[in-house]
Amino acid sequence: MNTVAESSPVAAESPPALTVSELTRLLRDTVRSNPLLTKVFVRGETSNVQRTATGITFFTLRDEDAQIGCVLFRPEAEALPFDLEDGTAVLATGDVDLYARRGEVQLVIRTIAPEGVGLFWATFQKTRKTLERAGLFEAARKRALPTFPRRIGLVTSEHGAVVHDLVTILRRRYPLASVVLSPSLVQGTEAPASLRRALIQVQDRVDVVIVARGGGSLEDLWCFNDEGLARAIAGCPVPVISAVGHETDFTIADFVADVRAPTPSAAAELVSPDVAELRVHLRSLGEASLAAIRDAMREREKAVAVAGARLSPAGLRDEIADGGSRLQKLGRRLKDSALRGLAGCSDRLDALADRLDAVSPLGTLRRGYAIVEREDGHVVTLARAVQASDALAVRLQDGRLHVHVSSKEEAP
Amino acid sequence: MTDPTSFEDALAALEEKVEELSRGDVPLDRALAVFEEGLVLYRQCHGMLAQAEQRVTKLVAATDGLQEEPLQLE
Repeated sequence: MNTVAESSPVAAESPPALTVSELTRLLRDTVRSNPLLTKVFVRGETSNVQRTATGITFFTLRDEDAQIGCVLFRPEAEALPFDLEDGTAVLATGDVDLYARRGEVQLVIRTIAPEGVGLFWATFQKTRKTLERAGLFEAARKRALPTFPRRIGLVTSEHGAVVHDLVTILRRRYPLASVVLSPSLVQGTEAPASLRRALIQVQDRVDVVIVARGGGSLEDLWCFNDEGLARAIAGCPVPVISAVGHETDFTIADFVADVRAPTPSAAAELVSPDVAELRVHLRSLGEASLAAIRDAMREREKAVAVAGARLSPAGLRDEIADGGSRLQKLGRRLKDSALRGLAGCSDRLDALADRLDAVSPLGTLRRGYAIVEREDGHVVTLARAVQASDALAVRLQDGRLHVHVSSKEEAP
Repeated sequence: MTDPTSFEDALAALEEKVEELSRGDVPLDRALAVFEEGLVLYRQCHGMLAQAEQRVTKLVAATDGLQEEPLQLE
């Protein structure tokens, strides 16, 4: 044996090396020719159901400890009496085969039928019911998100697109807030404990927390169905937004969180006010205060102008002049009416006096008549009432005459 | 975490001033004082929005518990 042969792992006596294709073909033939692996019955739970455009369905059958890839071709898929979904416990028949291109053993399904509720689904429902009974999903427990968060906590993986997207959106929308990443595993058996720890570590340093993960398979997202994580979210002193997977994925974390965001990006928008809207709001506040102060000034100016006009010397003069002329007018009116009244009075007096004059006996006397009176003042109007030798008085315009009646003649 | 000059507080104070001004029953000298105060708050808010630069940190384990380090995104 030469030294080359000695040092080489492939000795001359060894069988020739197989190509990978030869090896997988060998495996495939072994699997296919084993009657135990043909027309097998398998009990398991479906997950990661994916349909291709060509009508082939891929999924995984699993139990607690193991899983196997399955393929369902179009004719069999079309014959299925139910919709194949994740988390369904099924009884399947099929043939084990080897998919050479990936070197993976797979089960080519002939028939498949649902068999009650799958284990994962059952676990999910059990956790959900437990927490629901504990009151952790109640709407009254849900807290409002802060309008202006000062510090935003992120519980997610520090690798990958999610943290990048979150930070980018938050920077654009609301750079006033600080962002604190609390790194965590987001899949695998260690993930629930890691998420719980990351949440508790950040919760006292921020005023809102986003628990996030990008899209993935049911198994990938499984850690967000952990009861311990759910209780940590419920016990968080600040509001928690869950943002796990895509819009159609629901996890226990979504039920217990204060707000469920359909995606991590949506969570970033939910948690932050938009700085552009804030600028508009601020501008409107500035304009409102300007308008208010302008109105206030204008109103006061008007009031001052009115008061000022009343106080100014010109105004006073006007008022005095006005009052003076009013007085003058009033005086004139008084005088007029007084004069008119007096004139009227004297006219009336004159007329009255004329009339009195006319009827006055004195007036009669002035016209040449006389009044004969007895000495006692009684007027004598009849001749027969007088005796010869009676003393009488004759009253004339300017005095009396005392006379004796010498004789009398009575009219017939 | 209470910051006396936070954007939130300044904005709330500004909103209060504007409301008081808009009521219109404030004496003029008081209105002018309120307006001046509002103007200061407005400038403050405006400045905060204009100059805001987001701080992004990462929690890391340290000997005495946790500390925050600037986060460099990959």
